Amino acid sequence: MAITQLSAFLENTAGTLYDAVSAITDAGVNIRALSVADTKDFGILRIIVSDIEKTKEALDDNTIISETSVIAVKMNDQAGALKNILKILKEDNVNIEYTYAFTGSMQGGAYVVLRVDDIDEGEAVLSRNGIITLSDEDMTGFLA
Amino acid sequence: MKRYYQPEIETASREEILKIQNEKIVKQVKYVYDNVPYYRNLMDQKGVSPDDIRSVDDIKKLPFLTKDDLREAYPYGLLGTDLKNCVRIHSTSGTTGKRVVAFYTQHDIDIWEDCCARAIVAAGGDDEDVCQVCYGYGLFTGGSGLHGGSHKVGCLTLPMSSGNTDRQIQFMMDMQATILCCTPSYAAFIGETLAEKGYKPEDNKLKAGIFGAEPWTEEMRAEIEKSLGIKAYDIYGLTETSGPGVAFECEAQKGMHINEDHFYAEVIDPDTGEVLPEGSKGELVFTSLDKEGFPLLRYRTKDICILSREKCSCGRTHVKMTKPLGRSDDMMIIRGVNVFPSQIETVLLKEGYTPNYQIVVDRKNNTDTFDIYVEFPKEMFSDKISEMQNREQDLKAAMRSMLGIGPKIHLVAPKTIQRSEGKAVRVIDKRKLHD
Repeated sequence: MAITQLSAFLENTAGTLYDAVSAITDAGVNIRALSVADTKDFGILRIIVSDIEKTKEALDDNTIISETSVIAVKMNDQAGALKNILKILKEDNVNIEYTYAFTGSMQGGAYVVLRVDDIDEGEAVLSRNGIITLSDEDMTGFLA
Repeated sequence: MKRYYQPEIETASREEILKIQNEKIVKQVKYVYDNVPYYRNLMDQKGVSPDDIRSVDDIKKLPFLTKDDLREAYPYGLLGTDLKNCVRIHSTSGTTGKRVVAFYTQHDIDIWEDCCARAIVAAGGDDEDVCQVCYGYGLFTGGSGLHGGSHKVGCLTLPMSSGNTDRQIQFMMDMQATILCCTPSYAAFIGETLAEKGYKPEDNKLKAGIFGAEPWTEEMRAEIEKSLGIKAYDIYGLTETSGPGVAFECEAQKGMHINEDHFYAEVIDPDTGEVLPEGSKGELVFTSLDKEGFPLLRYRTKDICILSREKCSCGRTHVKMTKPLGRSDDMMIIRGVNVFPSQIETVLLKEGYTPNYQIVVDRKNNTDTFDIYVEFPKEMFSDKISEMQNREQDLKAAMRSMLGIGPKIHLVAPKTIQRSEGKAVRVIDKRKLHD
């Protein structure tokens, strides 16, 4: 089960990240995970939020924003957990575009977000190996 | 040392020049009317016949030609003779839409090279000189024009073409070049590179430089003269009229003498088309007086300048034009290349972008910087950096292929490019080339 990440185009100038985060926060949305990829001129903000629709509304009309399906995997917050997941993907030749991690509210739990070329294939491979992936409902649930 | 390449004509009296011009214009107009249907139509529409043109005073009766005419008549519509009589083609860099293709007979090449030879001699050149030509060779007129002029003067010619600065410097030093021909910004760059390599201005044998194809300032002249230890001369021309050498600077370094025995110059009001009296600032219009392949009558250059018949200390009698003081259209010259904002718009639309953009041109360390800010369209957005960078690179490549030079592309968020009264400011030129 994939989860929805919001991706936004941000100019690489002072204050743009603040403006975006501030708008989201003011709308009462919790940002669960965040990663920014940047170039000299622009950056791409990737976020997992508690409310996708509210977030899209909160950002101004001129912000380019898109929904991207990503895989979120729950792991034990201990050495070797990420390595194990990456090994599974490697062995089945699933290419990871980018990834970022966050810790959950659950004690001892950690989460990794994986953006892979072929999301169905990625999920199938993980599930075959007994790895649990999260759904949008799961995300909303533990964020509530 | 020779002071003039063709002294009789270069120092001829006003009356003699007028006599030559009057004889030539009658023939040229008849030649164009008989051989160029496109222009014959323009004349017929205006109700002007070749018989109405008896002297240069009658030139004002003739219809204008613009770049639009050249585009409409592309490629052969303004050709003045059979292609079998032509020996060469030159072309401007622009797009298909704006590209100018000019045809030359051997006679045309000869007069063009004479004009360039006059410029080289005016800069102090003779057969003892080693002339390094680092204008681009090829379709661009710069390389061939000065190369031909250099041959006529009898200089030892170094046909370097543009680029590869290390090799330029090696040949300059080893072959003891005395005259340098290139764009002013490249001359400044060579000067800087020489200094970086530890050479002092007196270490090279250069005495003069003939620099053109782009606008430059007196400050830049001073800088180049200091860094290379030379006298720097301006040269003017355009592919439509043949190439560099239509006008050139003499030792007075105060305005460029127009080769009036081959080109008749007028300055007009760009809005009304009315001919302005000498000393007025207006758009420069050229009429070729003895061209065969690509004879253009009353071609509007869009360059703004002032003509002056004030007596020149060099002894030449031909009318002088100031450096172009601006343009009557929106063309920019960036690193020697003609760039129209409309070309940039064409590429953006073709590549799926919105036509919301801003061009910023500046000059840093004597080299033009060229940046285009583009509002990024929602539909093309990707969460992957690699794809976004590919899009940036693709756009840059498309721009380079259209313009001939590569701008730096900056992707910005939609609706962030300033609009004043609803209309975006398309071009910000910070170079301050014109006073």
